Amino acid sequence: MGKHHRILLAKMGLDCHDTGIVIIAQLLRDHGYEVIYLGLHNSAEAVVRAALQENVDAVGISFLSGQHMTQMRLLMEALSRHQLDLPVLCGGVVPRDDADALAKLGVAEVFFPGTLGPDLIERVGRVLERQDHAA
Amino acid sequence: MTLLAELLDGDRRALARAISAVEDGTEQASVILAGIHHRVGRAAVVGFTGPPGAGKSTLIGGYVSALRQSGRTVAVIAVDPSSPLTGGAILGDRVRMLAHAEDDGVFIRSLAARGHLGGLSATAPLVIDLMDAAGFDVVIIETVGAGQSEVEIAELAAVTVVVCAPGLGDDVQAIKAGILEIADVLVVNKGDSPEAAVTRAQLFASQHLRSGEHRAVPILTATATTGQGIAELVAAIDAKLGEQPPRKTDSAQRIRRMLAAQAARLVRDSVLAGTDPTIEAICQDLQNGRLAIAQALARLFAACAQPKPPEKTD
Ligand SMILES: Nc1nc2c(ncn2[C@@H]2O[C@H](COP(=O)(O)OP(=O)(O)O)[C@@H](O)[C@H]2O)c(=O)[nH]1
Ligand SMILES: [Mg+2]
Repeated sequence: MGKHHRILLAKMGLDCHDTGIVIIAQLLRDHGYEVIYLGLHNSAEAVVRAALQENVDAVGISFLSGQHMTQMRLLMEALSRHQLDLPVLCGGVVPRDDADALAKLGVAEVFFPGTLGPDLIERVGRVLERQDHAA
Repeated sequence: MTLLAELLDGDRRALARAISAVEDGTEQASVILAGIHHRVGRAAVVGFTGPPGAGKSTLIGGYVSALRQSGRTVAVIAVDPSSPLTGGAILGDRVRMLAHAEDDGVFIRSLAARGHLGGLSATAPLVIDLMDAAGFDVVIIETVGAGQSEVEIAELAAVTVVVCAPGLGDDVQAIKAGILEIADVLVVNKGDSPEAAVTRAQLFASQHLRSGEHRAVPILTATATTGQGIAELVAAIDAKLGEQPPRKTDSAQRIRRMLAAQAARLVRDSVLAGTDPTIEAICQDLQNGRLAIAQALARLFAACAQPKPPEKTD
């Protein structure tokens, strides 16, 4: 009873570690979110289908090894192919220089290295509030 | 088309939204539930339960592959506990089922238990109904074997598979009383571990001790990570499915259970919140001996039935 926000967290591409994203998952859980965790090496199509089945309110992807531009482009394409209008968040080892390009792709928020927990939670909350209003 | 019509048409997105409506208890959910019951009762419901880490999700991944090979469509409900402190949850069972990520014949939904004491989500029975109505041949439900959830899953599922594994620090003697009673199939997973044979022998001994009291249940060995033993598991489940109707309880009974579970939660949350002045007064009177328990209950239910005043927003 009552709405609980659900967020899908996944890694795409070749990254082999999930320590960072698991910490984010715990942080979100500790702030009352239901986190659906998808693990490593997901294709854009797999992420979008999971988002659809889980009816999540947002999708978060974390990157370590410099594939964020390619993978995010694939993800945004897959989302529009499935006509799924969801806020996409991205974080990890992402250079600040890519902020504009990511925004242009339609990425809602980018969490650069050094983002602190409270800041992340506040920004996720704001994105979801906007999404709730749009729905 | 309405969400209900789309759901009955098998539309995946409509199913996903309908599940959220039921989980969040929206008004739309009542319309959907009223509109599906003539289409419910066809899916074979298979439950998997057992301790965390036994390999339930991995085993389900393999079971789903086998079902797909035989041409059956599958929906999976994977339930994990919610944090009692924050209500949040990490639902990670999909990680073990990624082989089916792009298969249109498979639909996986993770549910948080959301404070339901049994460990199963209070709305899980209704989510099974939605998946059934959407036309899936088999609905699988995974739940951690804790609290009351084994009993609940056995009431929901036509066939209940109990998964154990060696080395969980929870030897078979200690597996909660009742597990042999509810299991239709027992699986010792992690058959690649040298201790699997010991676990299996313990299960056999335990079953033998109880023979006479209880029916014999097949005890299989599997290695979910390699697929060893999956074919035997499918055969054992199919044999049990052949012995009974696919759905154990009728929808009237499921609605009744859901209402009981939600009512229990509503009352419990209201009492424990400690914010409602009427309920606080009842607690005070109980503490001072001014009220008998029966009177307190009567007043409590009356208080819970009152519509809440709108929350202040400033
Ligand atoms: N060695 C071995 N490990 C397994 C087997 N099945 C599952 N696992 C591992 O056990 C862990 C827990 O598996 P999971 O399916 O998530 O268990 P669940 O908590 O019961 O759903 C994972 O790391 C799996 O890879 C198996 O047959 N053999
Ligand atoms: Mg699991």
